[in-house]
Amino acid sequence: MPDVIGAKPRPSLEQTLPPADAVETGPLTGAARDPEASVPGATPPLPEASRYRPVNPLLELTLARIREFVREPEAVFWVFVFPVLLAVALGIAFRETGPATVQVAVEADGRQGPGSGSGRLMDWLEGRSDIEAVLLSPEEAARALRTGRVALVLRPARSEAAASGNPAAGETVSAPSPLPDLDSEGLVYRYDPTRPDSRVARLVVDDALQRGMGREDVAQMRDEAVAQPGARYIDFLIPGLVGLNLMGSGMWGLGFAVVQARTRKLLKLLAATPMRRTHFLLSFMLSRLIFLALEVVAVISFGWVAFGVSVHGSILELGVISLVGSMSFAGLGLLVAARTRTIEGVSGLMNLVMLPMWLLSGTFFAATRFPEFWQPVIQVLPLTALNDALRANINEGLPLAASLPDVLVMAAWGIVSFLLALRWFRWQ
Amino acid sequence: MTVPPSMPPAISVGEVALSCAALVKRYGDVVAVDGIHLEVRMGECFGLLGPNGAGKTTTVEIFEGLTTPDGGRVEVLGQGWGEGNDRVLRERLAVQLQETQFADRLTVVETIAMFRSLYKRGWEPDEVIRLVELEEKRDARVGKLSGGQKQRLAIACALVAAPQVLFLDEPTTGLDPQAKLQLWDLIEKFRSRGGTILLTTHYMEEASRLCDRVAIMDHGKVIALDTPSALVESLGADEIVEFSLEGFVANDRLSRLPGVRGVRSRDGNYLLTVSSVAEALPALLAEVEIHQARLVGLTTHTATLEDVFVTLTGRKLRDA
Repeated sequence: MPDVIGAKPRPSLEQTLPPADAVETGPLTGAARDPEASVPGATPPLPEASRYRPVNPLLELTLARIREFVREPEAVFWVFVFPVLLAVALGIAFRETGPATVQVAVEADGRQGPGSGSGRLMDWLEGRSDIEAVLLSPEEAARALRTGRVALVLRPARSEAAASGNPAAGETVSAPSPLPDLDSEGLVYRYDPTRPDSRVARLVVDDALQRGMGREDVAQMRDEAVAQPGARYIDFLIPGLVGLNLMGSGMWGLGFAVVQARTRKLLKLLAATPMRRTHFLLSFMLSRLIFLALEVVAVISFGWVAFGVSVHGSILELGVISLVGSMSFAGLGLLVAARTRTIEGVSGLMNLVMLPMWLLSGTFFAATRFPEFWQPVIQVLPLTALNDALRANINEGLPLAASLPDVLVMAAWGIVSFLLALRWFRWQ
Repeated sequence: MTVPPSMPPAISVGEVALSCAALVKRYGDVVAVDGIHLEVRMGECFGLLGPNGAGKTTTVEIFEGLTTPDGGRVEVLGQGWGEGNDRVLRERLAVQLQETQFADRLTVVETIAMFRSLYKRGWEPDEVIRLVELEEKRDARVGKLSGGQKQRLAIACALVAAPQVLFLDEPTTGLDPQAKLQLWDLIEKFRSRGGTILLTTHYMEEASRLCDRVAIMDHGKVIALDTPSALVESLGADEIVEFSLEGFVANDRLSRLPGVRGVRSRDGNYLLTVSSVAEALPALLAEVEIHQARLVGLTTHTATLEDVFVTLTGRKLRDA
């Protein structure tokens, strides 16, 4: 192909002749297949026919997103491992511990031995499985109450009477052990009535003592313990963790990738190609779909295996809820990253958007605990809507129609933020 | 540029590929591009040569449709930007930007295939990989490539679109000589297949090797425009004598020496354009002697585009 060199007799050529092999080995692929194309300038430098079928740009961009993500070990950790670890930690902290016992202290009355009032009270209390008592000096007892070691202090007021008195005949038959002789003024309960555990302890101890001394119940009541799956804290928590995770991965995943591409001038280069802007932004949303499925499955199946948290609603509808929620956060992530130039800038904005939802949206405790006048704001946050819809499905087994307002809130966030992002997006 | 006689008449060389007139771009108070006129023909490799900050990149980005000018008219393949045909136009162009960093975690072939998918027509990614000689790195992560390989990848991502016009912004900046030569080969291959190139550089040897015509830019203006050889010939001299003095010799004394065509001096550094070193040098040494000045350094070389720039601006390309 000597004409390739000869075709460009530029004045500067003699100064810098190209290496001889450039023409020999140069893979002028079009020229090799098509002799006509070897005439320079005769055709645009295009191969006439290529067997290569390029993939659809949207698919190719989405594939690139997915590849970038799965090849980043840190991202995989935060999306899949971290929420499971969080569920483990919280699940252990709030695991069921059986019927609770109340912690009380008995003030020593200065006299030792089984004959003393406090001694006999201690003996009797030790037989109770729901009360844990310690015998302490008045000073120690006050201190134990102050520091929260005990919830209630019992002070036998008339120990002299107790020492000399007899157990009330006939009326202590049902008591597990002989009770000290206490009349209505025989015992003082010391406790802080604003402490819920103190009030519980007072009720438990008083009830036990009164019955022990022969009080009869006037009506027969029956207890029914509620501890079935669906009503425990972990049941409340798992859907919240799914929601939280969808928010975190949606926003971080998109925001970071977009801002990084911008700082690397990759966005600018893409802007110079015929790529459609919507394709680019949609590729981020679509890549989220793949991970969305995996994330939800990871947390839910962990909750099921480790804590027996089961999904009561339709799996398909759960998928729809997760999808809409995920898209709304993907849209928010794009919006946050639409004009941000630096990684630091986008991190700050992300936290600004996500922290209020971490706190307010009812992930770790019910959002309804916040004051009434906050509720209109809290209820339209996308994470609140997602958490509510997830709980309605997972815990309550309600149909999707019941969560329609929540789904609409999420969809509105997603669509509006996506359109704004598209409008405000900065490519360079 | 003269059309080589061997070219068949069907060739479209001579048709205008890119043109701009009275182009202006300001960034705040800074006028980056100050009323320039350019015309790049089909099949031509056109160079914008100048120091950093001369306005080369801004000019190229206006042609690429990435920057909107504040004034003037731009035409690319007979069309302007923002006239509703931008996407069609972009199908026929390809761009390499200064400092683009591709995603580290994608492989070479994945990156090229992604860019290929953005265009309706183009080359097969593996063909382009062969063209830029990255076959061995086909499945390597982009993050593991050397600087020269990354730059060839950038060119590959542009070439895969089989563009009619290729924009290259300082394609060899920061590359070692070996990598630079490889890249030059690549650009020449594209050029020899009839592609049109608009290239910016601050390496004069790059401009003189690759470009059919060169516009020398400084402070947003085109200060000279011609073929590299015509620019060098415009110095009216084949050779350059550069020297430094401790002492002083007036420029007009030097310009009257035999064989000297021109004199420039700055802070005791002198640049003589001479028709013959053999003639000028003895006379120069005698003149220095007469003025009781001391010669600190002296070099001679064949005239280059660098000397054209120095002659026009009084500054060197690198330190300008």
